[in-house]
Amino acid sequence: MSVVELTSLQRPNDRLWRRRAVNRSMEILAWLAGAIAVAILGIVVWSVAKRGAGELNWALLTKTPVSFAIGNEPQGLANAFVGSLVIVGLATLMALPVGILVAIYVNEFAPRAIRNGVGLALDVLNGIPAIVVGIFVYGLLVVGRGPSGFAGSFALAVLMLPLVARATIEVLALVPDSLREASLGLGVPRWRTTLGIVLPQTIGGIVTGTVLAVARVTGETAPLLLCSSIVGNAVSWNPHHALFSVPLAIFELSESPNPADHARAWAAALVLLMFILVASLSARWLATRSRRKIMRAG
Amino acid sequence: MSETRGDSVSASSTIEPAVRVETKRQPLPPRERLQQVFDIQDLTAIYGSKPALKSVSIEVYRNLVTAVIGPSGCGKSTFIRCLNRMNDLVPGFRQTGTIRYHGQDIAAKDVDPVAVRRTIGMVFQRPNPFPKSIFDNVAWGLKVLGMKDNLAERVERALTQAALWDEVKDRLKASALSLSGGQQQRLCIARAIAVEPDVVLMDEPASALDPIATQAIEQLLHELKSEYSFVIVTHNMQQAARVADMTAFFSISRGEEGQRWGELVEYDATEKIFTAPSDKRTEDYVTGRFG
Repeated sequence: MSVVELTSLQRPNDRLWRRRAVNRSMEILAWLAGAIAVAILGIVVWSVAKRGAGELNWALLTKTPVSFAIGNEPQGLANAFVGSLVIVGLATLMALPVGILVAIYVNEFAPRAIRNGVGLALDVLNGIPAIVVGIFVYGLLVVGRGPSGFAGSFALAVLMLPLVARATIEVLALVPDSLREASLGLGVPRWRTTLGIVLPQTIGGIVTGTVLAVARVTGETAPLLLCSSIVGNAVSWNPHHALFSVPLAIFELSESPNPADHARAWAAALVLLMFILVASLSARWLATRSRRKIMRAG
Repeated sequence: MSETRGDSVSASSTIEPAVRVETKRQPLPPRERLQQVFDIQDLTAIYGSKPALKSVSIEVYRNLVTAVIGPSGCGKSTFIRCLNRMNDLVPGFRQTGTIRYHGQDIAAKDVDPVAVRRTIGMVFQRPNPFPKSIFDNVAWGLKVLGMKDNLAERVERALTQAALWDEVKDRLKASALSLSGGQQQRLCIARAIAVEPDVVLMDEPASALDPIATQAIEQLLHELKSEYSFVIVTHNMQQAARVADMTAFFSISRGEEGQRWGELVEYDATEKIFTAPSDKRTEDYVTGRFG
């Protein structure tokens, strides 16, 4: 066999030439596809940055909007940033413990049939459009009570839950069984093993999943439009009232006839984009770190 | 080495073993004077629909090292994992028969496996220290199981018993993962004996270790068996001959439809197993003529 290969190495024949050509063109196509993905991200970031950078200043983050601005009064979207912070923060507080508990149940305690069922349910939940979750929460919490930051948080929490649970299941599955056996073999009950040995191994991964989920829902507009819109211009931290948010601000300002509003919409979009970029990159960094840690423990 | 002997030589005559049995071992007292730890009757273990072990009946004695030897796939590991209900963790596992531990059937459904594992500890094939400090590896089990008094003393005692104290006493706060493989395995032994079990099961504890680390662990068994009873699985016959007082030889049986399962062939004093086995299969195995 090696003799044949040697001769073909020395004297390339037609078939070999064709194989090389196909190989080369496939390589180029794959490279192009990769380049397109990167280029799209680059174009989005660049165009948002170009239009938004001019209006990106301290006032944007600290001042509130002025409804009937006279002259060049500094305006900002402080109420939107604070609102997003409160809504997403509350959503994380709701989704994180439930997501982790779901994952622990699925990976550590559930029999295989239930494990697959819950996994499927999480995937379906992940696939439900945000507007559908929004209308569901609207019917559940907003009708009769009025919009509130809390209703918006709840909608975002529903969207975050499958992301957090899935990410946690993945890192739990990475924890080697030998560690569980080591603890169970000492006569330690299962729940103590999970809390004391398994879970500490996965904190990095859980943080990663949570950061990604936060990045994902911070830009959600549809549920907030239904659950936490119609707001004043003042900064409010109170989730019992409707709270403004960054995606809603972008939406409303871009509909405005005033070109100055458009500029601020772009600036707000730039802030949102930078937040998501930083969150994704740090999530990635955390993920590699924690994965390395778990592997070492195995 | 056995080529010169004809097949007509009966298995009960003295054979030349492939393995030297150490002679400095103290002679075993007669069996009736030994105290039983396990009395196992008709143990059958099944994974899904595949039988792993069929009708094993064996008695394990206190303060001895009992070795389980046999070829790969003969159910050695399955057997000792039955003794502390570790197989409960395997989906689709079933077992029948009784495992009397000091008289109580621990294979019974209403017995809490956590309580069983509490008194019957285990050391695994690959060293599996917790990703914690050396001290916490030993102390964690003690804390969780409520043995918090004199924690530092208990940790020191366990590490000393596991012949690791002198090597780690200056860096108890260091990660257990910074230790060598042999040290990690001794740490796992320290962790297992710190919680004062009655029996320690060892599933090929030295198979991932170099000869020097292996020797350290065998030395340990000699020194600790006055306090504990050990059941050790090994596929290394020399090891069994060196450390074990009693040896059980498991082998693979084949059914008509190509099924395979493990079964106990012979169980006797180690000396007897290696020099005068009564079963031909044992003789073939210990002389290296595995058939």
